[in-house]
Amino acid sequence: MLRAEGVAKRYGATVALEGLDLAIAPGEFFALLGGSGSGKTTLLRLVAGFETPDAGRLLLEGRDLVPLPPYRRPVAMMFQNYALFPHLDVFDNVAYGLRRAGVPSAELRRRVAEALALVRLAGLERRRPHRLSGGQRQRVALARSLVVRPRLLLLDEPLAALDAGLREATGFELRALQRATGAAFVMVTHDQAEAMALADRIGVLERGRLVQVGPPREVYERPATRFVATFLGGANLLAGTVRADGGVDCAEAGCVLRPAAPLARPAGSAVTLALRPERVRMRPEAADRAAAAEGEGPNATRGTVVEIAYRGELSTCLVRLDGGTALRVSRPSAEGVPARGTRVALAWPGEALTVLAD
Amino acid sequence: MRRLAVLAPASAWLALFVAAPAVVLLGIALGEADAGVPPFRPPFAADGTWQGSFANFATVLTDPFYRDAFLRSLVVAFATASLCLLIAYPMALAIARVPEARRTPLLLAVLLPFWTGFLIRVGAWIGLLRDAGWLNGVLRALGLIEAPLPLLYSDLAMYLGMVHAYLPFAVLPLHAVLARRDPALEEAAAGLGARPATVFLTVTLPLSAPGAAAAFLLVFIPAAGEFVIPDLLGPPEAQLVGRVLWGEFFQNRDWPLAAALAVVLLALLILPLRLFQRLEARP
Amino acid sequence: MSVARLGLRLGLGFLYLPIVLLVAYAFSADRIPFQWGGFSLRWFRALAEDERLVEAALLSLRVAAGAATLAVLVGGLAGFALARFGPFRGRALFGALIGAPLVLPEVVTGLSLLLLFVALEGAIGWPAGRGALTVLLAHATLGAAYVAVVVQARLAEADRSLEEAALNLGATPFVAFRTVTLPLMAPSLFAGWLLAFTLSLDDVVLASFVSGPAGTTLPMVLFSRLKLGLTPEVNALGAVIVAVAAAALGLAALVLARVDARRGGG
Repeated sequence: MLRAEGVAKRYGATVALEGLDLAIAPGEFFALLGGSGSGKTTLLRLVAGFETPDAGRLLLEGRDLVPLPPYRRPVAMMFQNYALFPHLDVFDNVAYGLRRAGVPSAELRRRVAEALALVRLAGLERRRPHRLSGGQRQRVALARSLVVRPRLLLLDEPLAALDAGLREATGFELRALQRATGAAFVMVTHDQAEAMALADRIGVLERGRLVQVGPPREVYERPATRFVATFLGGANLLAGTVRADGGVDCAEAGCVLRPAAPLARPAGSAVTLALRPERVRMRPEAADRAAAAEGEGPNATRGTVVEIAYRGELSTCLVRLDGGTALRVSRPSAEGVPARGTRVALAWPGEALTVLAD
Repeated sequence: MRRLAVLAPASAWLALFVAAPAVVLLGIALGEADAGVPPFRPPFAADGTWQGSFANFATVLTDPFYRDAFLRSLVVAFATASLCLLIAYPMALAIARVPEARRTPLLLAVLLPFWTGFLIRVGAWIGLLRDAGWLNGVLRALGLIEAPLPLLYSDLAMYLGMVHAYLPFAVLPLHAVLARRDPALEEAAAGLGARPATVFLTVTLPLSAPGAAAAFLLVFIPAAGEFVIPDLLGPPEAQLVGRVLWGEFFQNRDWPLAAALAVVLLALLILPLRLFQRLEARP
Repeated sequence: MSVARLGLRLGLGFLYLPIVLLVAYAFSADRIPFQWGGFSLRWFRALAEDERLVEAALLSLRVAAGAATLAVLVGGLAGFALARFGPFRGRALFGALIGAPLVLPEVVTGLSLLLLFVALEGAIGWPAGRGALTVLLAHATLGAAYVAVVVQARLAEADRSLEEAALNLGATPFVAFRTVTLPLMAPSLFAGWLLAFTLSLDDVVLASFVSGPAGTTLPMVLFSRLKLGLTPEVNALGAVIVAVAAAALGLAALVLARVDARRGGG
């Protein structure tokens, strides 16, 4: 329903967006993921009409958005700081868009009540924004955006201003609201966990360019570039040279890397592979012979645990490999974590290795 | 289009009542005093021929009477601004250190005298300082003096009046920077072993320097042209530029000379004005 | 640190001593100001019967109200433009011009405005002569500078995304201004009006330059009387002005505090 074709935007010498192509399907929950300065908010502001693109087209259901002023675009936006009108109470904030559209007062009251019920704020109609909690403000902002029944809702870091404890629950509510309304949601966030948890598809922005688009699982497990690999879940990056048999000689890991499918690249060319920390099997280096084979051969190596970070469900160990580099390895905390200084044998399946484009 | 609707009336007003007067002022400073209504001859005749002269500027710049007036005005403005800064700094610091909710009443307390009328306050100083005034009465009642001290129409009275009038102007910008200061910086310095006095000298004071400069200039600039206070409280021989300009205009009816004095005063203030604008433009 | 607190107390004492004495001695019966001659209201009565003062005060109030209203219009537009238009062509000049009356010495502003009025009258016949109108225009110019500063500061605090949210919800720029920006500006317009009003009531230098025989304002009368010293009537007038100013400032603080409380501060 929303298409961006070759959209570019510059601010003076800085490039905010460059040659951006994107298509959002009706009823989709799409997350634009990127660090600060990646251009993600610029894209939202272009779609909402607060900025004009230097090049390219923005089409909503086939209609060019660019010539339309913001107030004629059937696109609602939820601002990062919510932008609730401080001089209006909850009811008047939510009713603002309906009043602008000239909705008759009986219908207006009914629709505001519906929207407030949807976000569970019935009874707070006469409160002013400053007397609401952070979570309540966020829900007023949502109700204000949804009450005008937009086909597309833009959300600028919708969860960033909330306490950590509130984020997951609010995330589930967002999903439920999106299903209930059937509107397409385009969310901007810098939080990869949030993007993966909420979105049907993720687009990763790096310095104004869309580097990968796909379902969360695909983007996470098959990152296209170094940036995507490290920005989402902090993958290990292993550099090596391609062998004639399609494997990779990796001196820093101290072993041959063998992806599930042999590499179709000329022997001797340099390549980088990503390896997720949770895909690495780790065992204490055993004295008995049965386990001695662990840690040898392709996709296997040995090292020493030098740091341990306990992260609740998972613990991440930093393992200094004999080849010299350090590998991040995570495993469920419940399974027990080797002590610092323990010698460990590491191994991983071939499909855990992803070849990166850069 | 919409911008034009906002900018056009505001710009027209500024062009007419701020920019145009400056141009007219400069023009008439180049004219000559003349008996008539209005009492001057403009620098351009009705047919556009030049009939002006730089004689007024030459007079203002070379005549020791005017030179001394400028010099004295700058000295008085400098002393007033320094005194205000000295008194305002501890006041602003004390206000910035109380909890935020209690700052507004204190700031209002500093501002209230400013709202009670400038002439009224000058009048109060007259009542305080004159020969039969309150201060002489108190001193006499205490047996400290026998004859009244000639306090009014002196430099002392002038400075008291000037500092009293301009003190709130110095407190506000100082308070603005001091209230924005991060207490963590002072705590960090204290944590690194600095004594309170050292913390103040090495952290608080340097960080408030822009506010102090703004406060100084905010007093210095208007004080340099001040007319009413020197006229009502100062010694009769204190010929400051504001008073001289007033005299040329109202008593001698030499409008072009008064205009030349104003232009030169403006030229002298350009540097502090630019400095002030730079300080204000800081983030 | 106690040095600063002591400084604050001494500073406030210095600021208030003359004012407190002035108010106290306004109730003294003695003919000489600042001499206690028993409690009396006689000088307030004398003040009410002083026709010249009363007439000047009424003129001043009218001029101040007009000047403040004009200042709010011009200064409000200018402050709005400076806060919301981003970098536009001539912005630096615009900002310098609106702020100039704030920082220029009053004698310079007064003289240059007078010369302008004289030149205008010579060229186009307006304003015909000088008096209340020219004083009003001069005071509006001064007041607009203050209003612009107050409005700009207020709008700089208010997030731009509020107006963007209004546009996003279908408000045209004009409707967004009327329903969002203007209510946000309102407290600063009110404060600015009050400030401009007070400045006008307090000004003697601009008024002396640009006024004519028919435009003698209260400060001009006060100034000419103070040239001869302090009279008990002027003392009583001082007490009245202090009381009115304190009441007005208290009221303004109360209104602004309530508005801010309703809007969540800021």
